[in-house]
Amino acid sequence: MTEQTGFPLPSQIADVPGAENWRSMYQYFTRFQPDDDKRFWFYNSMHFPEPMPAFDTVTAEVPYQAIGANTARLFVFPTTLGIEHRIVNGRVYITANPVLDPAEIERRGAEFGPRAGYYFENWDALYEGWKDRLRALITEIESITVPELPEWEAADVVFGAVGVAQNHYLQENFHRVIALYSKMWHHHTEMLMLGYGAYVVFFQFCQQAFPEISDQTVGRMVAGIDVIMYRPDDELKSLANLAVELGVDDLFTQGCVAAEVLSALEGRGEAGARWLDAFGAARDPWFHVSSGDGFYHHHLSWNDDLTVPFAALPGYVAAVRAGGITPRPTQQLIADRERIANGYRDLLPSDDEKAAFDQMLGLCRLVFPFVEDHKFYCEHWFTTRFFQKVKAFGALLAAQGVIAETGDVFHLHHTEIDQALADVSLAWAAGTPPLGAGHFQPIIAERKAMIEVLKDWSPPPALGPVPEALNDPAVRMLWGITQERVASWLNPDPDEVVGVAASSGVVEGIARVLHDVSEMSELREGEILVVPVTAPSWAPVFAKIKAAVSDIGGSMSHAAIVAREYGMPAVVGTGDATKRIRTGDKIRVDGDRGRVRVLS
Amino acid sequence: MSFVVTLAAARGAGTVGGKAASLGELTRAGVAVPPGFAVTVDGFTAAMDALDPGGALRAEVSRLDAADLAGIAAAGARLRALVGGAGPPAEVAAAVIAAYAALGGGSGGSGGSADGADVAVRSSATVEDSAGASFAGLQDTYLGIRGAPAVLEHVARCWASLFNDESLTYRRRLGMDEAGVAMAVVVQTMVAPRAAGVLFTRSPVTGDRSVVAIEGTWGLGSALVSGDVTPDSWVISKITGEITTRRVSPKIKTHRYVPNGFGFSPSHAAVSLPGDGVVIAETPAELRDAPCLTDDEIRALAATARRVEAHYGRPQDIEWAVLDGESAPDGRIVLLQSRPETVWAARETGPAGAPRARAADHVLALFGKQTRWT
Repeated sequence: MTEQTGFPLPSQIADVPGAENWRSMYQYFTRFQPDDDKRFWFYNSMHFPEPMPAFDTVTAEVPYQAIGANTARLFVFPTTLGIEHRIVNGRVYITANPVLDPAEIERRGAEFGPRAGYYFENWDALYEGWKDRLRALITEIESITVPELPEWEAADVVFGAVGVAQNHYLQENFHRVIALYSKMWHHHTEMLMLGYGAYVVFFQFCQQAFPEISDQTVGRMVAGIDVIMYRPDDELKSLANLAVELGVDDLFTQGCVAAEVLSALEGRGEAGARWLDAFGAARDPWFHVSSGDGFYHHHLSWNDDLTVPFAALPGYVAAVRAGGITPRPTQQLIADRERIANGYRDLLPSDDEKAAFDQMLGLCRLVFPFVEDHKFYCEHWFTTRFFQKVKAFGALLAAQGVIAETGDVFHLHHTEIDQALADVSLAWAAGTPPLGAGHFQPIIAERKAMIEVLKDWSPPPALGPVPEALNDPAVRMLWGITQERVASWLNPDPDEVVGVAASSGVVEGIARVLHDVSEMSELREGEILVVPVTAPSWAPVFAKIKAAVSDIGGSMSHAAIVAREYGMPAVVGTGDATKRIRTGDKIRVDGDRGRVRVLS
Repeated sequence: MSFVVTLAAARGAGTVGGKAASLGELTRAGVAVPPGFAVTVDGFTAAMDALDPGGALRAEVSRLDAADLAGIAAAGARLRALVGGAGPPAEVAAAVIAAYAALGGGSGGSGGSADGADVAVRSSATVEDSAGASFAGLQDTYLGIRGAPAVLEHVARCWASLFNDESLTYRRRLGMDEAGVAMAVVVQTMVAPRAAGVLFTRSPVTGDRSVVAIEGTWGLGSALVSGDVTPDSWVISKITGEITTRRVSPKIKTHRYVPNGFGFSPSHAAVSLPGDGVVIAETPAELRDAPCLTDDEIRALAATARRVEAHYGRPQDIEWAVLDGESAPDGRIVLLQSRPETVWAARETGPAGAPRARAADHVLALFGKQTRWT
């Protein structure tokens, strides 16, 4: 095998045959520029493992303007401006934009200290306020309606002297949906970058003191036990308990269909009504969990698709009947966490190091609730609501004949949706049909075909010249990009998938590749789960599998944390495990080294 | 004056030599070592008093020049012949025979000269001579010795080894008085381990004190020490018990101790090196690429190692063996030696960090310097 010494330059990437027109899907500012050949870019397979439908690029555009604003302009991080992103053949590449001039670093540092210090000093109070602000944003986005365009405006628009007709709200409300999404992302990064900073400091310290410590072990010292992430699954377990208690458990059989069970419950009198009440209460907000991590429109929530909770319920009901569901051993988990932290602390040779360890660990535990729980508020609750609203605008465009079907809206960029709404608005006002069908439908047809073609393209893990050193702890922490990782990208072993060692142990077994949590019923007991990403909605799956592998995630990701609790090996953040492993493959998951090998 | 002590009672390198003292300390720390006894410095002194009354011969050696290799060689040969040929004096021999009989074993007490346990007879140098003995010591272990006469003979050979040319030259160079030089001997039941090797209670690669690094191979650890095989290796966390590195190597050869008929001949190898009674064979195909330890055994070894480390209060370098059998792993682990880890102990690594005025200052400092790649 010849040793590969570098990655292709951005300018050397050829268009994928059949998708030559991919640039038409994306904003001009996402294209590689000639000078970009001089910089190192890596494929953000962690957040964007699939080709981007046009609308879904909002999940790169908006987060990156929020992250950059936070680090470069708001807190004035001394050494970093923002993250730049580019799209080629439907894939998102990113690079960090550093500050190198020592004088400039010092000038920025003078601002950064007091600003960041304020947040750390007031963390808990600020987090309480943050939750209020996020709930307000969620309430606001939930309240946004897609205007129905009546033949005539309601009378009180006139007699109340409102003076503004419904077509105005087409664009205003759509703009608000996008604007709220942007605000959510600003709040998302508001505390997150500093929170990650606390982690990075502690990780670095531990690695200095204990060079062989794994990220997952550091994670175990930091992890909070009582986090929101477990709540959706806990709600399902409560509902299973209640079903048995009320004697309606006979309805929850393997393969049961949500709609049928719900209508049957309506015929079960008082007991059925009580279960449905509890179910309704649990759904809002706990079923607003995405099956993914909110970066694609097809990451649906439990509320969008009840298949997942109803696939899990029969198993939980059976467990209740068989003697009850064992609750999470929280006391044990807390004791383990303390034992590990104290164990490492005791090994530190000096009192100074012990004091530094205490400070850093304390800071991590301070920020942990935010770092962990923000995902539920942002990526799950808010974002699944966000996509529902966009989809509602899609339904309007479909009803107006601009697009063929509701879901096609996700093949338009948000600025194109805005154009289409202007078209609808003008047409309604003028009393003519909109002109969008002829314009957008051929575009959408071509884009759908291109996305399919682009799915088969294997994006290089990185582009451009390899930097001399990859020592940025934040890049390591967030993206798992290390010198070794880059080396393995350059000379990959065809039978080995490399990722982040997330939960220790080594097992062999049969792979089950699932792309969506709705396919959960295909999973057989004792298989190894291979998925793009896991989220709280996947929690019920972990009771059945013996190891987990994901394309996306780091040592603090959902899959990693749940796998550690179950004591099963997990390798996350592989980038392409779902592509390279097939259902039925015999694989070995090495959760100690972060490797997955295809055996046969 | 006791010429013999059990390993459990062996204390003080000046009395029983470094090796026996270390095995004694391990025993008292509750760690299993192959049972045995030490022939003390007093035993040696009694023998020398009988063979070289007044120490005239040794005084003569003390006067030799370090550069006088021929003189050293001649004196050494004379002393070795004297000490090795005569065997222990009666009262020392009686004590050794009684202690050996107490180890049991053999063909059932018929009392024949080849009756009794298979043992290893190992020199156990005193502190004064330990630096020189660390080299010489390699040559003074005899494996697979059986029967009281053979044991006595090899105890005397160990004594004699104190006067080998290398040791004598070493002492002459330091100008040491031969009158203060002594040698104790360890007599220890042979073990035929299923797997054996070495371990460190910190990483030999990174110095990390939170892990135990284990290397092992099938059969005797000599295969590993001699470089005949690339051992299997594991790194296990002391804190979480997680095995963070596993490397299973093709173990082409196996060193195996084969009892019966291999004793009696003098060996020029330690337990760590192949000698008589040790057969070097191709590893059976089905074992070659199989890990020589189970996860349970790895954990039990790590737990034992931590106990020893805690007992000594500093990182250790340990020789271990795992015996065959059905019992739980910790019932089958024996340690053959433990000594302080020296490589990392000698390296000064700076502290990993220091406390700051406020916890948040750590983060401010992190982002205050350029660490990003360009």
